[in-house]
Amino acid sequence: MIARLFNFHGGIKPDSHKNESSSLPIANAPLPPRLTIPLRQSVRSAARCLVAPGQRVLKGERIGAGEGPLGTDVHASTSGTVVGLAPCAMAHASGLDTLAVVIEPDGKDEWIERRAFDHRAVPRDAALRYLSTCGIVGMGGAGFPTHIKLGNGRGIETLIINGAECEPWITCDDRLMREGAAQVLSGAAILHELIGARRTLVGIEDNKREAIAAMREAAAHLTAPVEIVAIPTRYPAGGEKQLIRVLTGIEIAHGKLGTEFGVQCFNVGTAHAVHRAIHYGEPLVSRVVTLTGNVSHPGNYEVALGTPVETLLALAGPKPDTDRYLMGGPMMGITIADLSVPIGKTSNCIIAASPALFPPPPPELPCIRCGACARACPADLQPFELYWFSRAKNVGKAQEYHLFDCIECGSCAFVCPSHIPLVDYFRFSKSEIWARERELKASDQARERFEFRNYRQEREKEEKAAKLAAKAAETRAKLSGSAAATDTAAADDPKKALIAAALARAKQQAATAESGTAAASHANGPGAPDSTNRREQPHPHDSDATS
Amino acid sequence: MIHSPYIRKPASVQSVMLTVLLALLPGITAYVMQVAAVVVVNLLIATVTALAAEALILALRRRQIAPALSDLSAVVTAWLVVLCFPPILPWWVTVLGVLIAIVAVKHLYGGLGQNPFNPAMVAYCAMIVAFPSLMSQWPPAGQLDFQTQLDLVLGGARQLDAITGATALDAMRTGLRTSGASVESVLQQDGAFGAVGGRGWEWLALGYVAGGLFMLARRIITWHMPVAFIATLAVVSGIFWLAEPARFAPPLFHLASGGAMLAAFFIVTDPVSGATTPRGKLIFAAGIAVIAYLIRVFGAFPEGIAFAVLLMNLCVPLIDMKTQPAVFGHRGSRP
Ligand code: SF4
Ligand code: SF4
Repeated sequence: MIARLFNFHGGIKPDSHKNESSSLPIANAPLPPRLTIPLRQSVRSAARCLVAPGQRVLKGERIGAGEGPLGTDVHASTSGTVVGLAPCAMAHASGLDTLAVVIEPDGKDEWIERRAFDHRAVPRDAALRYLSTCGIVGMGGAGFPTHIKLGNGRGIETLIINGAECEPWITCDDRLMREGAAQVLSGAAILHELIGARRTLVGIEDNKREAIAAMREAAAHLTAPVEIVAIPTRYPAGGEKQLIRVLTGIEIAHGKLGTEFGVQCFNVGTAHAVHRAIHYGEPLVSRVVTLTGNVSHPGNYEVALGTPVETLLALAGPKPDTDRYLMGGPMMGITIADLSVPIGKTSNCIIAASPALFPPPPPELPCIRCGACARACPADLQPFELYWFSRAKNVGKAQEYHLFDCIECGSCAFVCPSHIPLVDYFRFSKSEIWARERELKASDQARERFEFRNYRQEREKEEKAAKLAAKAAETRAKLSGSAAATDTAAADDPKKALIAAALARAKQQAATAESGTAAASHANGPGAPDSTNRREQPHPHDSDATS
Repeated sequence: MIHSPYIRKPASVQSVMLTVLLALLPGITAYVMQVAAVVVVNLLIATVTALAAEALILALRRRQIAPALSDLSAVVTAWLVVLCFPPILPWWVTVLGVLIAIVAVKHLYGGLGQNPFNPAMVAYCAMIVAFPSLMSQWPPAGQLDFQTQLDLVLGGARQLDAITGATALDAMRTGLRTSGASVESVLQQDGAFGAVGGRGWEWLALGYVAGGLFMLARRIITWHMPVAFIATLAVVSGIFWLAEPARFAPPLFHLASGGAMLAAFFIVTDPVSGATTPRGKLIFAAGIAVIAYLIRVFGAFPEGIAFAVLLMNLCVPLIDMKTQPAVFGHRGSRP
């Protein structure tokens, strides 16, 4: 069966620069003197630390327990001693700090006891839980936990394995498919079973001929319905939504999940990691990283997670005119602010940048509405309109023009003859909208707090009035009930009695007045007993009424 | 700090404008050979005027002068002004036209990329209203020697009626007004006509088509506007012609005469003042063709493209708003 290919609008063809590293086999990167393994593996969840400084750990040993449904476990990526817990910078655009376990390798690289896991012998839930304890997350993009993406085992027709690797320079998936095609497909088969798919498609850009050949060769030995599909080389064909579109014709809108359309997508690295976990009992402790760019020895390395970028760079030998380093590709990657950041599960490539390789863009000129950006946009947006609205800070209009469908692929900025950093404008507008929403939420909360305070003050007033009224009634009863006593008392001390009577009168007056207004404001009829009742009425804000 | 993407296509406004200028060369060559060599002088005058005006106004606006001048957009505007003006205009009319285009239309609206109207077309309309007789003096193709042309442009010695002729569109209009005339008879009696359009001007039309194809190949323009413009002009003129062949000129005449091809590839396609969405481009260009045809045939001017362009420029915001393409994932497509 030959799959029919579909087209996505736009896209660009930047120089691929894959030759620099694509012919170099994956080599093992040496262990650094210290591994820094962040407990927060994604923006969404952090793991609870399970180790203490001084403790010896083995390779693959759990050092962090995933928390919450999105959590996955964190493991030591070699054997050694935990020497500390320290905050470290995350390789993330946010530049957030996170808590990390620092391990000093002992050089033995001694594994925990590994045992294959028979995912067919256990209920599906248990298999998914197992993957989460192995720390398996998506290795292509955002590092979303694989066990979540596997869904409930129903409704996914098509499993897609993403081997497109469309960003320039990056070759780690290419090498993985060339050298480990059988393992990748083995992992794909496991995912296929767990997700309950009917067919599996592997999409690979047609500029990776060796990878396609190797995968086809390996697929020929399989009985499972796996199809290796060569797709046209056009950035961003490896974007999840674009790949799904090319292979199946389905368009997944912003905010929708593939599962709603019967497709799910996993990166080849993820499939490989699933294979290791199930067949060898190995948690995810290393990944392939491409080192390339302005370096003397580009290459692809199997790198222990937690290896600092700087020690890794020594392998490639950056040239003297290197001015910064990128993590990821040149289209969507980030500048590494701090070279001590560790390699994480989604770090696929480190590129040494020089002014010659990545010259700073020429000065920004006004938009001439040439429409080149719209022709390049894979999301069918009109980037120059979004740019215009973003510049005018008209974020509402930008949102109306589907700002949030922008995947920040950079194609528009790539082609713009006026060199406008369009994506930066979009990021700005998005953050602006998020900030506004946060503010709105905050002001909502403030308003609720204010309303609740009003309510509480009113209630207290009523309570006070009720109390006073009750007391006044009591006094009245006392006064009339023991007139004789009062008389004697009055005789004893007429002055005192007079004062007491006046006080009681005043209190009574005040009480009726207050309870009257309170009752009127509630349109609930007059009377003190009523207001005591009202106290017991449930109020929507009572549950969080701590102030 | 620089953010992603870290790589850029080697494209620039300058290269876009340079491509447009190159694409104009076949048409200009035909112009020089067939109609009036003096157009080269006009181009020179206009270029200098445009650059000087641009520099001056940038200085007044306290903007950087060098980058804006080197983007060549002013030169493109200047050339388009010249190519839609009659070639034997006194030099100061050309200067005035360019000044209107650059200063009033472009910079008073905020400079490059901000003008809602096509600068060359505003210049044309302003001048034809201000100097109707000067703006309707066209040299008969190949009849004036270069010295005479130059005298007309620089000197201003004008024994007009002796040396100027009517353009094909003009001749057709006035010819058809005389009673008993038919398209056939008009075509036979006047020397203004060539094989299909205006004599000599047919070659210009071909030259502009060649340049247009070059721009299409270089992806400077998309097919939408030229195709919509040409097809609509052909269809509308075809309908009238089929209904009454004696009273209405055939489609090919309309396409090959006047500024139709210059407009189809260089005027209508001006990105700044035109519609931008694919469907919007079709509507925009088709609208210009319809209005231009109606003005040519029923209006007060022999050539209607300039007015048509300005009228459609007015509609651009609405057209763009109503023709936004469906965004990825919002088409509800499920195979
Ligand atoms: S590519 Fe640049 S100049 Fe062209 S329309 Fe888009 S933003 Fe404007
Ligand atoms: S960055 Fe956004 S607007 Fe630009 S091409 Fe990509 S999806 Fe379209």
